[in-house]
Parts: sequence; C-alpha cells; structure tokens
Amino acid sequence: MASNAAVPFWRAAGMTYITYSNICANLVRNCLKEPYKTEALSREKVHFSISKWTDGKPEKPTIRSDSPEE
Amino acid sequence: MLGRASMLLPCRSILPARARPFSTDLPAAPSADATFTEAWTKVIPNMDPPKTPLSFMQPRPPTPSSIPSKLTVNFVLPYASELATKEVDMVIVPATTGQMGVLPGHVATIAELKPGVLSVHEGSEMTKYFVSSGFVFIHANSFADIIAVEAVPLDRLDVNLVQKGLAEFTSKLSSATTDLEKAEAQIGIDVHSALNSALTG
Repeated sequence: MASNAAVPFWRAAGMTYITYSNICANLVRNCLKEPYKTEALSREKVHFSISKWTDGKPEKPTIRSDSPEE
Repeated sequence: MLGRASMLLPCRSILPARARPFSTDLPAAPSADATFTEAWTKVIPNMDPPKTPLSFMQPRPPTPSSIPSKLTVNFVLPYASELATKEVDMVIVPATTGQMGVLPGHVATIAELKPGVLSVHEGSEMTKYFVSSGFVFIHANSFADIIAVEAVPLDRLDVNLVQKGLAEFTSKLSSATTDLEKAEAQIGIDVHSALNSALTG
C-alpha cells in the first residue's frame, strides 16, 4: 500500500525497530543520576549459565554475561 | 506526511468496518469457557472442570454509549507496571507525529512513541516521565495502554550527562562513515536533544 512511504532513517540504514528501541533505552539509562543509573544498568544485565552435558551428566556450569550493546 | 496519513485513514476505516469490527466494538468476551466445560463434563463427570485462563482474565470493558468522564491508563514497562488501570483526566504522549493529547472518548488509535515527555494529568496534579520509545494503544472504550521500554521521572535525569552525550553524538555524526554509524549517531542526537528539551523546557 505504502511502498514508497518515507521510512525512518534507522530502517533505511538497515536497523530494526527493536535495535533502535534498545539503543534509545540504553542512552536514556546512561543519563540517569547515580543510584538510579546503577540500578537500571544492573537490572538490564543478562547472564547465561551454560553447562555441557557428557554421558548424561552435566559438567560444571560456566557463567557468561551479555556483552554490552554497541 | 500528515496529509498522507489523513488521506489514508478514511480509506482504511471504511473497509475494515465492513469486513471486521474493531475489537472494542465486540461484545465483552465470556468469562467462562463454555465449550471446554461441556466437553470436560462429558468425559469426566465426577470432577469439577479446572479454571481456564479465560476465567482468570477480566473481561474487556465494552465501549460505553456516552463518553466516559475519565480515561483509564495502563502504563507498563518491561520490568514494572507504572500505572495499572489508573483513572485520569488526560495524558499527553510524545508520538512520532507530535505531542498527542488523549482525553476520554479519544478515537481508537495506535501511535508509535518517540523519545520525549509523557505527562499524566489527574485533577490538578501532573506527573511527567521521560519515555525512551514505545507505543500507545488507545481503545474506543477510553482505555489507553502505554508501553515503553524505559520511562523515568524527570528528576532522575542528570543534565550534565545529557549535554555531554549530546556533544559526543554530534561529533560522532560528523565523523561517521557507514550508514549504520550515521544512524546510530543520529539516534543519539535525537534522544539527547529530547532529554535536553525535557529538562530545560
């Protein structure tokens, strides 16, 4: 219907909405005052606990955390 | 862009009205699952049927025939529910098409939000939040669902960090090479200038 519609600049550059939205949210969080800033950044940290399984038993799990978004 | 949007809207609203009614024009959803309970009692007549998710949910409030006096707002974030079915007089949302004031009886709308200030007006009180981005769904029954990824009260923002960020991204834009870098720098500038005008305006 609107294939010639003006797309937002971020979509024209190949970014998806969710990436755009996450970048905006990170920028806002980085501008917070101190106790709120550390709360917000620690709330958004993601950790993965990964354990490989051999012979039907899990090995010791390793913890990996999400690298900060560029 | 506004001209094109207003041209498209009348066209779009005629077709769906014939094909399918808007969701808030439908009768309120039933609160118990009739077909499930019948099928259950046929197979297992001795046990009470378990409750289905439908019975835990509140039925959708129907569209009242006269405009209600208050707007019911649900303002949610991924990690918290800021306002849950709060009755207010008006909310002003930062839509991509500009600041949109939502009063009770507003036409059903879906709007994408840009980084900006959301203000909730209740009586003589006004609460302001800075919203990073999100959507607002206004239903015909005067319910507004505002969903944002990040929303902070204005007094939690640090003016110096905002201005530093603005300067940093402005210089990044001039030194950006690829399209993606330019887009990221532009996003940075948009967000920081919105933050700046929220704090100073």
